[in-house]
Amino acid sequence: MADPLTSSTTPAAMTGIPTSRAPASTLPDGYGPRSRWLDRRLPVISLLRREYVVYPTPRNLNYLWNFGALATVALAMLILTGIFLAIAYTPTAAGAFASVEAIDRQVGSGWVIRSTHMAGASMVFAALYVHTFRSLYYGSYKEPREVLWLTGMLLLVMMMVTAFAGYVLPWGQMSYWGASVVSGAISSLPGIGHPLAVWLQGGDTIGDVTLHRYYALHFVLGFLILGAVVLHVVALHVTGSSNPLGIEVKGPQDTLPFHPYYTSKDAIGVVLFLIAFAVLVFYLPGWLTQPDNYIEANPYSTPADITPEWYFAPFYAVLRAVPSQLGGLLLSAGSVLVLFAVPWLDTSPVHSARFRPLYRIAMMLLVVAFLLLLACGLHRPAGIWLALSRIATLYWFLHFLVLLPLLGGIETPLKLPDSIGRPVLPPRQATISTAGAGLPMPDGAMAQRMEND
Amino acid sequence: MAVQTDPQTAGPAPSGPDFSGPDFSGHDSHGHHPESGPRRDFLTLLTGAAAVIGAGAFAFPFLDSLAPVGGPDAADATVDVDLSKIAPGQQIVVVWRGKPVFVVHRTPKALLGLQDTNLTDRLRDWASRERQQPDYVVNWHRSIAPEYGVMVGICTHLGCVPGYVPNPSATDPVANWPGGYACPCHGSKFDLAGRVFQGAPAQYNLPVPPYSMPTRSSLRIGLSPDDLDFDFSTIRQL
Repeated sequence: MADPLTSSTTPAAMTGIPTSRAPASTLPDGYGPRSRWLDRRLPVISLLRREYVVYPTPRNLNYLWNFGALATVALAMLILTGIFLAIAYTPTAAGAFASVEAIDRQVGSGWVIRSTHMAGASMVFAALYVHTFRSLYYGSYKEPREVLWLTGMLLLVMMMVTAFAGYVLPWGQMSYWGASVVSGAISSLPGIGHPLAVWLQGGDTIGDVTLHRYYALHFVLGFLILGAVVLHVVALHVTGSSNPLGIEVKGPQDTLPFHPYYTSKDAIGVVLFLIAFAVLVFYLPGWLTQPDNYIEANPYSTPADITPEWYFAPFYAVLRAVPSQLGGLLLSAGSVLVLFAVPWLDTSPVHSARFRPLYRIAMMLLVVAFLLLLACGLHRPAGIWLALSRIATLYWFLHFLVLLPLLGGIETPLKLPDSIGRPVLPPRQATISTAGAGLPMPDGAMAQRMEND
Repeated sequence: MAVQTDPQTAGPAPSGPDFSGPDFSGHDSHGHHPESGPRRDFLTLLTGAAAVIGAGAFAFPFLDSLAPVGGPDAADATVDVDLSKIAPGQQIVVVWRGKPVFVVHRTPKALLGLQDTNLTDRLRDWASRERQQPDYVVNWHRSIAPEYGVMVGICTHLGCVPGYVPNPSATDPVANWPGGYACPCHGSKFDLAGRVFQGAPAQYNLPVPPYSMPTRSSLRIGLSPDDLDFDFSTIRQL
């Protein structure tokens, strides 16, 4: 009893740390005196334990719930490789292209750092798109997770701006003409367009000043995204994760501790994700890049075919589907911005598409429309590709602006289970399952069956 | 037909099996799992070791990228100088590895002065005993060809660039000045072979870089003559 650190009773009286507010440190028995000493002063151990160890997580999350963690892993890779690229990069029109070549050929391991950064951009967008469609399918944006959804959409937009700014930095032909096309698009806004473009690019044309600005923008936005991820995660941990049944957790029987159940489930996803990442970095470094970007920027010669990076292709397809400059720009921006309004466009109280037969079909069509737009954005806007891009664009807006508000009233949802732990079994399935397996069917497994019907 | 038989998810009513998830009461604070024996400890150790090795391998390219790369300041950079453009008595300054290098065309009169015992008596190290130059220039003129002096123009006191004061003078910068270099910072003096004068703060002669003469009228600074070698980083004082 001589050492005050080992005492778990009346810490305030013995350490002099006031406890007028609820103590932030909530360590259970089993932690040593040094952990307790630190945790009373800065409750990092309590925080990590509360949010990542005992954190109650719905017990029925499937692998689609891995993709937020996967996007975070890709973001970490981007920031780390980005810092080391910034050390070797020269942000001037005269020096940028040569410095990128030097990174690939002279800087020690520079080729792998740059290849990881480029593949990282594709990996983060791939993860984000799956993550977003998962949220749409399972209604993860609905009450009480509207702000969580908004922070996520903010992250998506920030990621797009960052990716665009980053693509300008190598100062190749695609960098230059990509920046040129975007400046042109901004200029086409009525009234403010031209002054805005001049203000953004620091002159009437794209040049040294523009490159320097995009460099600062790209660098700063990377860290702002990190901050927005913190907001997103805080919002997530306030409401808790959504789940494939779309019903709220009603008690401890519906949850599992995050560790070891979801740390290990996420770890499996991360390993598979890193394998795909490594294949891109080491075996297909040129697969997702445009050969034209290895030709230095030339303001007097436009490449024959300007193609965006694949992750911008769907929105580029919307831009070209509309035979009006301003209209294309507005619809293209609108196809992203409409996502922000989804929690208020969707009128159905049922979260998961598993219990919404019509919405489920509409969601499948939305995914098809997105993939079609992606393909259209990578092809010349003529013939079948132009027609497809117009149909897909039409469906994109129809889905969000017409179907989402109307389906809530038209559709008859299936009966929701009482809780995550004990879903109510439809009698038909219970009979089949019991007969088929010769065993009493566990309730948790029935949820899986219903989805696979 | 696959059936999930995890008893944690089964049970019709709260009165049935326990829903509250696994029992963690058997864990101590270090996450050991006494109830599952050494197998899980081994798997945890193996996973941890794989993660540590992976992190180490992943760290390598980042540290590797910070290593120096080639360029004008690199340790193996060389600079070529055309001596035919330098008039007798004239000095030029070239940049080699980021440092100023004096290349001076000494006149016959200046060369005679370098061998004058009245001068060498006033020098700290007239015979170049300290390692401030390659062995192949340890001679009375501290160079390969007597008429061309090559020295790194950084004062061995505190690193200023000495000024070129080639003409003899009775009073300036000091009494009985034979011609040489005078440092503006703390008054150190060197003769036209870069040898340091007594009575001033600098202790060592101006360093001579490795160099060679591919022809009689050209220098290659940074590269020793064939069959010879000199590592500039081994000099006593820069």
